[in-house]
Amino acid sequence: MATPTIDRPTSTESATQTITIIKGLNMALRACMERDPKVIVMGEDVGKLGGVFRVTDGLQKDFGEQRVLDTPLAESGIVGTAIGLAMRGFRPVCEIQFDGFIFPAFDQIVSQLAKLHARSQGKIKLPIVIRVPFGGGIGAVEHHSESPESYFAHTAGLRVVACSNPVDAYWMLQQAIESDDPVLFFEPKRRYHEKGQLDPTAQPLPLYSSRVLRQGTTATIATYGPMVRTCMDAATAGAEDGVDLEVIDLRSLSPLDLDPVFESVRRTGRLVVVSEAPGEASISSEIAAKVQQECFYSLEAPVLRVTGFDTPYPASKLEEEYLPDLDRVLDAVDRSLAW
Amino acid sequence: MSSPERWTQPQPAGTPAATAARPTSEQVIAGLRATSEGGPELVQLLTPEGERVHHPEFDVDFSDEELRGLYRDMVLVRRADREANALQRQGQLGLWVPLLGQEAAQIGAGRALRPEDMAFPGYREHGVAWCRGISPKDIMGMWRGTDHGSWDPVERRFHLYTIVIGNQCLNATGYAMGQRFEGKVGDDNGEATMVFFGDGATSQGDVHEAFVWASVYDAPLVFFCQNNQWAISEPTERQTRLPLYQRARGYGFPGIRVDGNDVLASLAVSRWALEECRHGNGPVLIEAFTYRMDAHTTSDDATRYRHSDELEAWKLKDPIERVRVHLSRNGIADHDWFDAVQAEADELAAELREHVYNLPDPPTERMFDHVYAEANPVLAAQRDEFLSYMSTFAGGEH
Repeated sequence: MATPTIDRPTSTESATQTITIIKGLNMALRACMERDPKVIVMGEDVGKLGGVFRVTDGLQKDFGEQRVLDTPLAESGIVGTAIGLAMRGFRPVCEIQFDGFIFPAFDQIVSQLAKLHARSQGKIKLPIVIRVPFGGGIGAVEHHSESPESYFAHTAGLRVVACSNPVDAYWMLQQAIESDDPVLFFEPKRRYHEKGQLDPTAQPLPLYSSRVLRQGTTATIATYGPMVRTCMDAATAGAEDGVDLEVIDLRSLSPLDLDPVFESVRRTGRLVVVSEAPGEASISSEIAAKVQQECFYSLEAPVLRVTGFDTPYPASKLEEEYLPDLDRVLDAVDRSLAW
Repeated sequence: MSSPERWTQPQPAGTPAATAARPTSEQVIAGLRATSEGGPELVQLLTPEGERVHHPEFDVDFSDEELRGLYRDMVLVRRADREANALQRQGQLGLWVPLLGQEAAQIGAGRALRPEDMAFPGYREHGVAWCRGISPKDIMGMWRGTDHGSWDPVERRFHLYTIVIGNQCLNATGYAMGQRFEGKVGDDNGEATMVFFGDGATSQGDVHEAFVWASVYDAPLVFFCQNNQWAISEPTERQTRLPLYQRARGYGFPGIRVDGNDVLASLAVSRWALEECRHGNGPVLIEAFTYRMDAHTTSDDATRYRHSDELEAWKLKDPIERVRVHLSRNGIADHDWFDAVQAEADELAAELREHVYNLPDPPTERMFDHVYAEANPVLAAQRDEFLSYMSTFAGGEH
C-alpha cells in the first residue's frame, strides 16, 4: 500500500513540542477531522467526557455531536453501525473503551468488517479504525488488561497495528484513518502518559513498517506496543554487562514487516520475541516461524519468546509476575547466548 | 396481579402507532427521567418524606421488625461502601465501584430472594451480596487485585460479579431455564432467578437476546434493571427513547417501574415478580428507578458531565433517610436503637479496614491454578519453568 499523504502542517504548528501518547492521539484525531469532514469519532463516553482516558477530549465541543458520537453502550453496535456509516462514505474512528470489551464486537469485526471488501470484489471499502487501549500493568480489574491482538491478526482482511510512543501515536493514527482498509489500532494504555518530542514537520515512516530503535550486535529483540519500553530498558541494562541488543519495534502486526528482523538476525544470529499477549498460537509464534524459515542458517540458537502466560490475565497483584519484565527479557537473551 | 396482561400498556386512544411522530426531546426527557417522581407508573410505598402510601396493587404490610431490618441492612451496606471508597482513596484498593444511592433497590430485591433462589449480579451489587450472606470482606479481594471473586457461586446462590456489561443476563436466563427444565417451577415452593444490570446494559445485544430467550422458554427469571440514570457519562436517553420497563411488552412479558429509592416498594415488587416466576408466569422486568449518587467508579469524575443540582435533588430522595423518618415518626425505633445500628456499622467498617490491610498477596503459582478442569501438560510445563526461573531470585526480591 502506498504511503498515505499527510498534509504538511501550517507554520503555527511546526514547532517541536513535548506530547504524551494521549495528546498525540488527540492531535491526530483533531487533524484528521479538520482535514476531512467525513471522519467521525464514535464510542462510549467519547463525547462529553472526552473518553475515559481523555483521548477524545474537547472533540465533541469543537466538532459537534454528529461527528463525535456518545454511542449506546453496545460494542457490536459501535462496529456494526460504523460499517454502515462507512458504506455511506464516512470514515468512522471507533473507540472500544478497554481491550476486554471488544469481544461483543468480535462478530461484526470478523464476519462483516474483515470480509466485505473481498466479498464485494472491492466495491465496498471500509475505512474504519477501531482504537483499542490494550495491555496490563495498570492495576486494573478483570477485562481491563488484555492483549487480544492475535485474534485479529489471524483474521484475513484486517490490518493490525500497535504504537509504542507518542510520536508514532500521532502519525500512525492519522495514517490508519487515511487507510482504505479496516485497521485495528492498539494503544499501550500503561504508556499513555509517557512523553516524547514531536516534530510535526518530520516525514513519518509508512504505517505498515517496523523500525529498528536501537542497533546492536549481540542479539535481536522484536517487540511491539507496551513492551517496547521494557525491551529498551533491558537493552540499557544489558549494555552495562556487555550485552549489545538490537531492538526492533514491529509497529505493524498484520501485515508484519519482518525484513528488518531478518536482516538483523542474519547479523546477530539470535532472536528473542517479546509480547504481553500469551504465546500460544500468537503473533510471536508467527514471527518465530517466519524467522526460522528465512534465517535458518544464520541462527545460532532457537528463536526464544518471552510472553504473558497462557492463563487468564491474573488478579492485578500478580500482574508484575505475569507480564514480561526486564529480567525475563535478559534471562532469555542469556539462554540464547548460552545455547 | 398474576396475569401478565395486567401489565401490558394500553395504546392511548386515538394514537395511530404506525404514523406516530418522533417524540420531541422534551417528551423523551419527561418520560425518562426529569419526572422527579419517576412518572405516574412508578410504584411507591414510602415517599421521600417518609410517608407510608397505599398502592392498590401492592397492598403489603411490613412488621416493625422487618422495617427495622431493612433500615439496618441499608445503613450497614452504605457504611461498608463508604469505607471501601475511602480505602481506595488511601491506595488500599485498586478500584471501587460505589453503590451509594442504590441501597433500597438492592436491599429490596435481595431480601425478596429465598435461599434456594439464584442471583446474578453485575459489579455494583454489594447490597444484594449482603443479602446473600456474602460479607463486604469477601468482595474486597477483587478490587484490591488479589482474586477475581472469592465466594462459591453455586453454594451461595450468588454468581460472581460480571464486569463485561450485560453478559450475565444470558447466563441467568440459562440458569432459570434449567430451573424450569428440572421441574422446580409451578407452585409456592418454586425456584426463581434474578439478574441485575443497569440502564446502560439495556443497549447490549446480550440483554436483548436474554429477553428473547427468557420469554420463549418461559424462564422463571426476574430482570432487575437498576436505572441509576447514568452509564458513566451517558444519560439514560442515550440508551432508550421510552421508559425502560416498557421494553418488556415488546418481548411478551410484564414490565414494571418501581421507586428504586423506596426499599418497601422494591421489596414488594420484587417479591411479586419472584412469585410470578415461581408459579411459571415468568419472566418479569423490573425497572428500579434510582440514582447513582457517587461517580461510576473511583476512576471517574462525575463533575465533568453532570450538574451538582441534579445530585442535590436526588439527595432529597435518599433511600435511607425516608425510612429513618418513618421509623422515628411512628415510634418504631428510638434514638438508642439508631445509635446501636450506627455503632454496628462503624464496627463493620473497622473490621473491613482491618481485613483489607491484612489481605495477603496471592502466591505466584495461583495464576496457573484452575485454568482447566482437566490436566493440561503444556500449561503445567509453562508453570514449572516459570517457578523454576523465579526460584533463581534470592530472597524473593523479584
